[in-house]
Formats: sequence, C-alpha cells, structure tokens
Amino acid sequence: MSDLTVDVAVVGAGPAGLAAAVAAAEAGAVVAVVDAGTQTGGQFWRHRPETGDADPDGHGHHDWNTFLDLRRRFRAGIAAGRVHHLPGLQVWMASKNDVDGFTLRTTRTVVGGEGVTPTVHAARLVLCPGGYDRQLPVPGWDLPGVMAAGGIQAFIKANGALPGKRFVVAGTGPFLLPVAANIAEAGGEVLAVLESSSLSKWFPHWKAAASVPGKALEGAEYAGIFARHRIPYKTRSIVTAVSGTDRVQTVSWAKADADGRAIPGTGGRYEDVDVIGFGWGFTPQMELPLSFGVQTRLDADGSLVAVVDERQESSVPGLFLAGEVTGVGGAVLAVLEGKAAGTAAADASAVVLPADVLPAKEAARRDRHRRFAQAMHQAHPVPHAWQEWLTPETLVCRCEEVPVSEVTQARSTLGAEDSRSLKSFTRVGMGWCQGRVCGFAGSCLGAGPGEPAAAASLASAAKRPLAVPVPISELASLND
Amino acid sequence: MSRASDVLVIGAGVIGAATAYFAARAGLSVTLVDQGLPASGTSSACEGNILVSDKELGPELELTRYSLSVWKGELAEHRHLWEFEAKGGIIVASQPSSLESLNRVMSVQRGFGVAVEELDPAALRKAEPHINPAALGGAYYPEDSQVQPMLVAAQLVRLATEAGAVFHAGVTVTGMMRDGDRVTGVRTSRGDFAAGNVVNCTGTWAGEIGALAGVNVPVMPRRGFVMVTEPLPPMVHHKVYAAEYIDNVGSSDAGLQASPVVEGTPGGTILIGSTRERVGFDRTVSTEALRRLAQNATGLFPFLSSVRAIRHYHGFRPYCPDHLPVIGHDDRAPGLWHAAGHEGAGIGLSVGTGKLLSQALTGQATDVDLTPFAPARFGALDPTPMEASR
Amino acid sequence: MSSVDRDVRFTFDGRELAAEPGQTVGAALVTNGVTAWRGTRKEGRPRGLFCGIGVCFDCLVTVDGVANQRACLVELCEGMDVRGTLAGDETEETR
Repeated sequence: MSDLTVDVAVVGAGPAGLAAAVAAAEAGAVVAVVDAGTQTGGQFWRHRPETGDADPDGHGHHDWNTFLDLRRRFRAGIAAGRVHHLPGLQVWMASKNDVDGFTLRTTRTVVGGEGVTPTVHAARLVLCPGGYDRQLPVPGWDLPGVMAAGGIQAFIKANGALPGKRFVVAGTGPFLLPVAANIAEAGGEVLAVLESSSLSKWFPHWKAAASVPGKALEGAEYAGIFARHRIPYKTRSIVTAVSGTDRVQTVSWAKADADGRAIPGTGGRYEDVDVIGFGWGFTPQMELPLSFGVQTRLDADGSLVAVVDERQESSVPGLFLAGEVTGVGGAVLAVLEGKAAGTAAADASAVVLPADVLPAKEAARRDRHRRFAQAMHQAHPVPHAWQEWLTPETLVCRCEEVPVSEVTQARSTLGAEDSRSLKSFTRVGMGWCQGRVCGFAGSCLGAGPGEPAAAASLASAAKRPLAVPVPISELASLND
Repeated sequence: MSRASDVLVIGAGVIGAATAYFAARAGLSVTLVDQGLPASGTSSACEGNILVSDKELGPELELTRYSLSVWKGELAEHRHLWEFEAKGGIIVASQPSSLESLNRVMSVQRGFGVAVEELDPAALRKAEPHINPAALGGAYYPEDSQVQPMLVAAQLVRLATEAGAVFHAGVTVTGMMRDGDRVTGVRTSRGDFAAGNVVNCTGTWAGEIGALAGVNVPVMPRRGFVMVTEPLPPMVHHKVYAAEYIDNVGSSDAGLQASPVVEGTPGGTILIGSTRERVGFDRTVSTEALRRLAQNATGLFPFLSSVRAIRHYHGFRPYCPDHLPVIGHDDRAPGLWHAAGHEGAGIGLSVGTGKLLSQALTGQATDVDLTPFAPARFGALDPTPMEASR
Repeated sequence: MSSVDRDVRFTFDGRELAAEPGQTVGAALVTNGVTAWRGTRKEGRPRGLFCGIGVCFDCLVTVDGVANQRACLVELCEGMDVRGTLAGDETEETR
C-alpha cells in the first residue's frame, strides 16, 4: 500500500466514522477511512465476517437499516473513487503538519502481512475512535470469565457463539439491557442483571427521556425479552466479589444504599457462573484527540471528552470529532455528529455554517439525544462509594498487577494524588493497555475516597504518545 | 504563622529533594517548595542512570564517584525504596576505530580507579546473548547502576519531612526577597517565605529563578527521547550502549544526535535511548528521533526489530555551556545557592550534590571541592537572554 | 449454534482443536472450553478474554510463533499453531 493524500481523513468506521465518511464523500471530498476492523460497522454494528455471510440480517442489532444504508453509500463512494477504505489498520500517531493539514501513521491491527502500511495526509481530519466499557475494580475481577459487558456482546456479534452458558451482567446504565438480551436470544442463561442505580433516578429527567421515543420502544423490547427469558433485573444491586480458583465460579452480590455501599445481610450468591460482564458506562478513546492538545471538559458521566462547536470542530482548526469522544451518547447521536463533522470537513473554505452541516430537523434530533445522554449519565452514575468495595488485595491495574494497597500507600506516604504520580510510583497504567482499563479507577483512587476523578488526572492517564503498539522495524523505516 | 527557615529549597525534583533531605539531616530548618508535585520535571522523564562509564575525567567523574559512595553508603538502607539496582553497564564497539577509542578510554579510567573489564566478543556474548553478532568487543562497568527516579524524589521528600523539613506543593516562586544585595527569601503564589539561604534546584528553569535574583545562570534545555517496548522476558541484562554515546554526552552540537542505549527493566520493558537535541522546550514528537532510536537499537540488538514499542517519552535535560553542573553559593547574590544543570546525569549526581551542599550550608569543608561548579564562573551580573529557553 | 460445521482445525499448546470458520482465536479457544491461556508476568495468574475488542491486551497469545497477539482480534485460520503462556512458556524467549 502506498501513501495517500486526500481532502478528508476519517479515523474509525463505526456509526460516527461511517456517517462522516459518507457525508464528506457525498459533499464532493476525496476521503480516506482508516479503521482497526476488517469490515465497517465498528463495535456497535460489529457482525460476522462478510466473507462468510455477505448479507447478515442484523438480528440482535439496532438501527441495522441505518448501517445498511451507510454501507451502501460508503461502497458507492469507493466505486466512484472518492472513498479509500483502509481496513485492518490502526493509527499509532496523528499529527498536525507545520504548514497545514494532518498526517496519520498507521500500523496493522494484527501483526503480519506484506509491505509497508500507508501514511495518510489530509487537509482536514475527522476522528471517530469511539469508546469501550468503563471498568471499576471489584475483588476477583481479574479472574478469567470476568469480561467487559461490551466484550460479551462483541463476542456474540462477531462469532455467532457464546463465551459460556451461565451469565451475570452487572454495573450501571441502559447498555446492560441489550447485552443481557443478546445473551438470552443467543441461548445463554442470564442469572441476573445487577444495576447499581435506582430507576427512580430517572424521574427528574423524564422530559429528556420522553423526548426520545425510540429509547422507550427499545425499553419495551427489552422488557419483552427479559420477561420471555425470565431474566431478573435487580436495581440498587452490586457485585461485592467474584471468586473461583482459576476462573469465575461464584458471584456474590448485595443490595446497595443510595451511595452504592453494600448493605450487610442482603443479597446472596450465584454459583456455577461461567461469565460475568461488567459495564459502568463507557470511556471515550481519547489518546488521538489529546495528542493534538484539544480543549477538553468533564462530561456528566465523569468522562474526559473533547469540546467541539456546532460543526463538530475541535479547538484545533481543521480537526473534527464525532461520537463518544465528544460525549458518550450512543449510535444515533454518533451518526448525526458524524454527518455534521463529515459535511463540515468536506468544505475547504472552512466557512460552512452550523445550519449547513445538519438540517434543522436532524439538529433538533441531535440535541434531543444529547439531552437524553445527559439524563442517562445522571440516572446511572458511578456509585459514590465504589472505593469501599475494594479489599487491599484487589488489583487496580490488571496489566502490572498493582493492588489497591500499593495505590493507597503511594497516595498517603508519597502524596501521589493524580494518575501521573501514581503511575510513576506504583506502575498503575504502565502496562500493555497503557491505562485504558484502569485509568478512570486510578484517577478516582488518586483523588481519594468518594472523590471524582479530576480532568487533569484523566487526561494524563489517557495520554498515549504511541496510540497503539508499533513494531520497532516500522519505526526504523519511518518517513518524515 | 512564621515561615522563616534556615534553608528554602526551590524545586522538588531529585536534586531539590536530596538537598532538602541532607540539609534537614544536618540539623537545618528546611522548607521545600515546588510549583507542582515532586518529580514533575526532568526527574520524571529520564532513565534513572547512575553512570560511571560515560564520564569524562575531571570534576564530574569525581562528583560521580562521590555520589555513588553516598548511594551505596549512608543511603544503602533505603535502596529498596527506589529500586536501586547495580545492573552494570556495557559499552559495545562495532567498528575497529571505536574499539580502539574504547580501549584507550578504559585504560585512562582504570588509572583513576574506575572499575572496568575488557570484554572480548565471546565474553560480550556471554554477558548479552542477544547482542548483534557483528559486535567487536566491549567494556564492562560493574559500578553502573540504576534507580527509579520518581521514587527517589518522592521518597527523599518523605524522608526529608520525617527529618523535619516542610514541603509545600503547588507553590510558584515569583520573586526574591532582598535586603540590599542579600537574598532573604522568596515571594510566591502563596505568599512570602523568608529564609537564611535560598537554594535554586529548578533544573531547566534554573535560569529563570536566577533572573529573579538578577544573576546569570545559563542552564538550557536539551531534549531527549526514550522509547519503551512491550514487556518481555529478560533479554537485555545490562545497560548497553554504543561507544559513540560518550561523544554525544559532551557535545554542544544543536542538531539531533542519537546513539543506541538499550536496557532491560524490572518491569520487563526495554528502554531504548537516546537522543539529544537543542530545540528549546519543543514538545512536538520528532519522527526523525523515533526513526534513529529504532534504527540504532536494532543495530545493537537485532531481535528488537520484531518487538513493539508501547510508548515513548521525552524530557528536557538541563545543561550549562561547559557541560558542568552549577553547584554552590552564588557570590553575586549572597544567600542564593544553586544546584542545577546536571544534564543527563542528575539522578546519579543528586545525592552527592545534596550532601555536599548541606556541608557547605553548615559552613563545613566539603568532601569534594565545589570550585569547578561555582556559579560565579558565569561572570555577568545581568542575565543575558538565553538562546534556547523560551 | 454449535451445530454448525466445525471445520477449521488448529492446535493449542499442541492439542488439536476445531472451531467454526470466521471466529477469532479467542472465541475458538473459549468455545473449546479453554477460558485462560496467558500467565501474568509477576504472579503467573491466568487470563483470557476480558474487553473482547482489542483494548485491554489481557488475551495475548502466540500465533504461529508471533508472540503477544490479541486473541480477540486475530481471525482463526486453518492449521494455526496457537500457544499460551500459562504453563512453561518458551515461545516468548525464542522470538
């Protein structure tokens, strides 16, 4: 593959990236799309290899027709020579050029293959890297069989199989519902969905919730699936420990008070559990936006996200962002943001007005979904007292195997109150995943019991000068 | 609240932490301030080297050996706190000419009491089985050691406070308190701190602090990139570098210089250094630096070519035009002291520097003559605009 | 859904196994009852799939001699030699 120079480069081919690429191409721009996956869809529309099933029916997916429509237009863009699809590649460094434009340096998602990976030069850049399940440590969460809730869903969607027979799904947020539904529909047994929040937390936000009728329909659909498969949905309930010798066997749970503290004498145990899936909302994949030094803010869910204007442009001119990195809000919102970003990025004059990037009706829809997302974040917070679940032995950093005791000691004796000093003193976030999994929890632990993670601490945990691991042989043959 | 102390130390990097520790241990009342948390500057962006092997003969080698004696002597009881490891250094020669230079350096160093062993190709491969088979030979320095630099700074701050020092994080020095010529304390973002002596341990910022007192302290930043690999089983057992590294350390060339420095760590990762370039405080990632690091490292250890890098970082080494640190009392501004400009050797030299300063601050004769490091060598009273600091 | 043809054959630590075409190496292992294959560096504790989408690097595995591949991302191919690091790791040392 040789290097590419295009008008607009898009990173990611999930809901936001696909919509951005299609919008930019249809507005006349030449577009390159770099995506870690081997086929479009991202995590949300992840599906079985098209090589085996060219036309999957989208069972278990939402807005599948939106995907089919975007994919059709994306392919039309490829056929017209306006879209260059670069699948199976990850961007390890994105940079702004001295004069103008951007450069993306890529490496293969999976090692192997012949030839040099392409470098992409683009006048404007749209980053749609998405997010992943946010995790909170819990005693025993490093046992095999503990998975991210989204990981279970990805397993089912990509492989058409289940990673076990008996499941528990726990954490907080509406996303736990489709995960449990997917498991049940695929033939798995869901012993319980444990939701830490109380559904009454939605009451103050009923207006925002009611303004997105689609979400109510989804809710009704899940209610049907839960009833059909007799899935217990327990609110104000948390997992207190996962145990087993070399894999998950037992999940202990308890009812929680308003702060998320386990109430003694409540709850019970689930035995012979194969897989427990945890999800505490989502963490936006921030390393590429942060590498440009974009302006950021703390969102209502406590995540660090980038600030964008109505046209999805970041504080860095020419750099557009869409999807979870501008605030976790789901696929419908991501598609609308992607469309706005792609349309704006296609315009070389950079004078395109907000009204031109999204028709009024869609802009209103986007705003409704943003309000819904805010309501969702407030109704499903990370429990205030979550740090009280931990034992001294509970691992904070799975990669470097750093227990809670070392983190609290570094905080109390060495004044390590941010993720940066915790990382240096204890190696939290130093390992393979570079703090992707433990960055949020580490930042909270640095802030102290009951304290939210500070923006600076989250930024430092998400700063990754190499966005993904890259073979040294590729660095040795780097072009300027 | 009375905030007058015998000594006020500015900067809680390794140099300031060591200075505060030894001053407090010497019975002085000590206040330590930093604009951030401990080790927020160069101390957090280096490799933690305590090297004898790369030192030129003269005052720096003397300071190095003194500092090593402090690390291994009175600080030995704390070695586990900062992961002190005498891993040993190996210099590898790949060209006949560099082998010749290396042999010459070795014989001179031996004359000054440096422990060094010659390695023939077979011995080299025994010490480092994955070294490039084309290597011609090397030199082994058993005294070369390693510490975790951020832990050094943080633990020395903790030990200093146990010895009575008071540490204030998040305090930015904005000016000097004066009584005539004499510096009598500092003005800060959190009010004034009076002190009998003020010690400037601010690394690459030392020039700016000097300027607040009207003295020229020409410490400049020199950028260095370090690359970190994926965690692996032990593959590189020493700090291994190429003979050309020695020339780079002492160079004043502004352009990018890179020579291979490769070492394994207890965490399983391999650190790949190092570049040196004078680009001010530019934080832009340099693709040229990454390429040179990668090429040089695979030249030394070919297996690295299929290994992946998982991060890189860069730091700004503080250096003076004559490549010697500035340590001691500043006669141009009585009451003001400096300990800065240790370039890439600050971690290794920190404890020796702190100990010597505590001797000078208490009016004792110092174990090592500080004259070569005297601030007055920079002459001019007025700070001249510094070329590389912006 | 396990009734579909299990026609991709591969070996795991020398054991002959089979899985559905189009699955990832991680899925092929898990559906064969192998829930852990990586031993952690410090404690040698067992790990398998966690995030499932290439973020956490917990599921690292050696595939055809190339160490530290994310099992959740590598698509299974006929005849693959898959090795874990749980018991007696030799693969990484010889890379």
